Amino acid sequence: MSENDAIQVILEKCVGCTLCVKACPFGAITMKDKKAVIDLAKCNLCGSCADKCKFTAIVIKKTQLKKIFDFSAYKDVWVFAEQKKGVIQSISFELLGKGRELADKLGVDLAAVLLGENMEDTAKELISRGADKVYLVDSPKLKAYQDDPYTNILTELISKYKPEIVLCGASTIGRSLISRVAVKLNAGLTADCTGLDIDPEEKILLQTRPAFGGNIMATIISPNSRPQMSTVRHKVMKEAEPDLKRKGEIIKIKLDDDLYISRTKLIDVIEDIEETVNLAEADIIVSGGRGLGTKENFAIIRELAMALNGAVGASRSAVDANWIPYSHQVGQTGKTVCPKVYIACGISGQIQHLIGMKSSDIIVAINKDPDAPIFSVATYGIVGDLFKIVPLLTKHFKNIL
Amino acid sequence: MRIVVLIKQVPDTTDVKIDPVTNTLKREGVVSIINPFDMYAIEEALRVKEKMGEGEVVVITMGPPQAEVALREAISMGCDRAILLSDRKFAGSDTWATSYTLSRAIEKLGDCSIVFCGKQASDGDTAQVGPGISTHLNIPQVTYVKKIEKIDKNSAVVERMTEEGYDVVETPIPALFTVVKEINEPRLPSLKGKMKAKKAEIVVWKAEDLGCEPDKIGLDGSPTRVVKIFTPPPRGGGRVLSGEPEDVAKELAELLKKDIVG
Amino acid sequence: MDYLLTEEQQMIKDLCRQIAEEKIKPVAAQYDEEAHFPWDIVKIMADSDICGVYIPEQYGGMGKGVFELAIATEELSWGCGGIALAFAATGLGTFPILLYGNEQQKAKYLPDIAKGKKLAAFCITEAEAGSDAGSIKTTAKKEGDYYVLNGTKQWITNGGEADVYTVIAMTDKTKGARGASAFIVEKGTPGLSFGKKENKIGIRASATREVIFTDCKVPKANLLGKEGLGFIVAMKTFDHSRPGVAAQALGIAQRALDEAVKYSHERKQFGTAISNFQGVSFMLADMAIQVEAARALIYSAARMIDSGAKDVAKVSAMAKTFASDVAMKVTVDAIQVFGGYGYMKEYPVEKLMRDAKITQIYEGTNQIQRSVIASSLIKECLAKK
Repeated sequence: MSENDAIQVILEKCVGCTLCVKACPFGAITMKDKKAVIDLAKCNLCGSCADKCKFTAIVIKKTQLKKIFDFSAYKDVWVFAEQKKGVIQSISFELLGKGRELADKLGVDLAAVLLGENMEDTAKELISRGADKVYLVDSPKLKAYQDDPYTNILTELISKYKPEIVLCGASTIGRSLISRVAVKLNAGLTADCTGLDIDPEEKILLQTRPAFGGNIMATIISPNSRPQMSTVRHKVMKEAEPDLKRKGEIIKIKLDDDLYISRTKLIDVIEDIEETVNLAEADIIVSGGRGLGTKENFAIIRELAMALNGAVGASRSAVDANWIPYSHQVGQTGKTVCPKVYIACGISGQIQHLIGMKSSDIIVAINKDPDAPIFSVATYGIVGDLFKIVPLLTKHFKNIL
Repeated sequence: MRIVVLIKQVPDTTDVKIDPVTNTLKREGVVSIINPFDMYAIEEALRVKEKMGEGEVVVITMGPPQAEVALREAISMGCDRAILLSDRKFAGSDTWATSYTLSRAIEKLGDCSIVFCGKQASDGDTAQVGPGISTHLNIPQVTYVKKIEKIDKNSAVVERMTEEGYDVVETPIPALFTVVKEINEPRLPSLKGKMKAKKAEIVVWKAEDLGCEPDKIGLDGSPTRVVKIFTPPPRGGGRVLSGEPEDVAKELAELLKKDIVG
Repeated sequence: MDYLLTEEQQMIKDLCRQIAEEKIKPVAAQYDEEAHFPWDIVKIMADSDICGVYIPEQYGGMGKGVFELAIATEELSWGCGGIALAFAATGLGTFPILLYGNEQQKAKYLPDIAKGKKLAAFCITEAEAGSDAGSIKTTAKKEGDYYVLNGTKQWITNGGEADVYTVIAMTDKTKGARGASAFIVEKGTPGLSFGKKENKIGIRASATREVIFTDCKVPKANLLGKEGLGFIVAMKTFDHSRPGVAAQALGIAQRALDEAVKYSHERKQFGTAISNFQGVSFMLADMAIQVEAARALIYSAARMIDSGAKDVAKVSAMAKTFASDVAMKVTVDAIQVFGGYGYMKEYPVEKLMRDAKITQIYEGTNQIQRSVIASSLIKECLAKK
């Protein structure tokens, strides 16, 4: 460690009590000669150690805080309304639900930004879901998402209207778009938030997100830049209910032609016809793993999913064995899902799989091995033969639904 | 043609165990690996080079001196050379500062046709650094690429994975691609590659080598701040249903009824 | 135990283990069930430079020896003894060329083998000539610039898959063992054909077939060494290849031990892991002792061969016999540790037992090995007098 490092242990104050070692979520602190030593490679400067230290022996160099900025020009909460083929995606309604709450806490307006072609009627839907204003940029060139024009236009609008908060879905489009906008605006961006709140004193956005596959939660702020930007995980926030009586303003905007230019060209949009319900959207997911034994046996998973109107998921080993395409894979190298009900059949529950599904509301595990790690996260566990139980489940659900 | 692959060294989650008492990650002795998604980026870079029949693949990482191990592994798979961005001044970088720093390195390298990244890192899961870099470099990007259909010196046609399927996108080159698992199966290292990696010189660039503006790197260059870290409450102990399959299935169906219908 | 591997040897070991762990292990059960020949894995080994480990650098290999071949075989066999055999049996088929081939023969055949483009197979066994290699019936008759081969070789590993066959045939039946000669026969030579694929209990991913010669005309340039050297070629080949069979057995045994230890730690009975019961734990200890002893013997034998030592038949036979007996015992014990689960095909240990069995039989049964060892002992004793 040197004096220039962002975190310092003041050796004279450190008594070697090891409280900081226990406090560190990253395992970055060790004791050497009864003094704390911080491994900067592992340290995330989260401050847990400094908080726990009773001797104020750990100091984090808070950078020369640029509080000189005047952020008073920035107000309102914005939501990027994601549309595909002219249809607003449900994530956007979730953002409006949360955005409304944040705007009310701050006493500001909630606005939605909508880019697309012939979207005026759709814009009204955003108002019914809680937006006070909708900034609408309507052009044939914006019909489908393209990185360049969307980035340019959103950046331009934010620069012009100065919202203090911008929320966007942590979707394929959202993550690609908003990361670029944040860089252009020199703004702080927090990915994949599962919790958003306003600090009652500072009036800043508190963004909570899972890190390391959900084993650690981190609360993050962007104190020195505006807007404060977040992408938000799908299916975590509650959708705003439509209220057709709500009134709001649709602000139609025309911008310089240059901003609409895309360097990339969208040649085709292909929909995966095999899947009726996509995993990210599904309320119910039935997943199969190695315990199925063969590709053909996935049929019983599909039947149960169909009976429940749910989607079909899979563990990595089932995908690697070519029993089912990669687009169904749940877990670290696949998709992260959080449905209401997740039914894991013949999945042992390796940590990489758990990372992708353990925030589901209810988890059902069916496995013949009572020691399988999947049971540690299961709301309901059944130890037994999935080939007997799954078809019976399908039968019973058909009866009651 | 110069192809750059950006990689990150992350803890191997297959090694990570949860402490049942504190519900925190046990990190002692956890091995570091190349971010799994970056392996696909390396493989795709090598394949593009092989297809073009010329050029070089340069692998870059930003991290502590130990991250050199990840670079050597990339060389053992066939990357031509490696650059490590390592400086205490980079400590505390968020995705903004990280993408700035990496983009400075790509600019310093010069004349890069394609930049490959994994879709996201397995420890941070932000997926923000790739798009950030393309913005700093002012080059087009295609994220979540699952296939390169066509590529030549001036342009590429690729498939971008979406929630519903995929988009076919044409982009001029230079461009940045972030790739998903489906794109390929990474090769294993070769013996000759391993021997080359052992001897390879890893170039280290510091903040001043990159001409970084001091207020854009490390903690100072990071607009976000972590203010609190906590472990989520553990999931409540589950209920084990037992009995004959017929009864168990019936019981579960009843238990789930309201969640599924409601 | 530390066997003081060089950096390169350690790399070979690590890389082969990585191939076994990541590429072989996940498909092993399926390839075993379907008796699927592992060309895809051969491709992976080829891309990783493993195929040429024991072939001199001038022919595109890594220039290493029997020791490196053994550690590679050991680690690959840890993944699957059958899949690893595509590699190990190529070694067996290549040794005659390495040991007795002339410059032209080496330059012609070794580079493709080193690159993994071609596999090799060694053809000696016949229906009535197993352990008694002197009673070979396949003949090679010289006609002008060719030898004409007739006869049928049996149970040839890599048969039909390999492109290069090294064949022992009789050029002069009247001379018995001294009338045998060794030839290189390329796949595609008119008169070379293959019988049905055998249905085996173990090493099912490997191809075992008859190799049939019907007026098969082989250029005389393909004679290895000279006429009458065939039996010596075969014996020297086996001296070099037996540590490989031993290493295959060792890899299988190590896997059985690893699986048994892991399972005994996870499986709970009477409220505790079964590894806490002495009946089980002592079995594990005995398995480990035997595996390590086998490794020490194999590595020593392989190093001795690489050092250029003259009389290696005895240690080579010892390594093969001991390691294969250990593999058989340890795999059976692993099933015992698994209990009823071990007897089920869903668990990996029954396959290890099936794969282990052949190592006691092929490349000379363990009974023949013991004869070799015993006669060496007598010879040594007489020499001292």
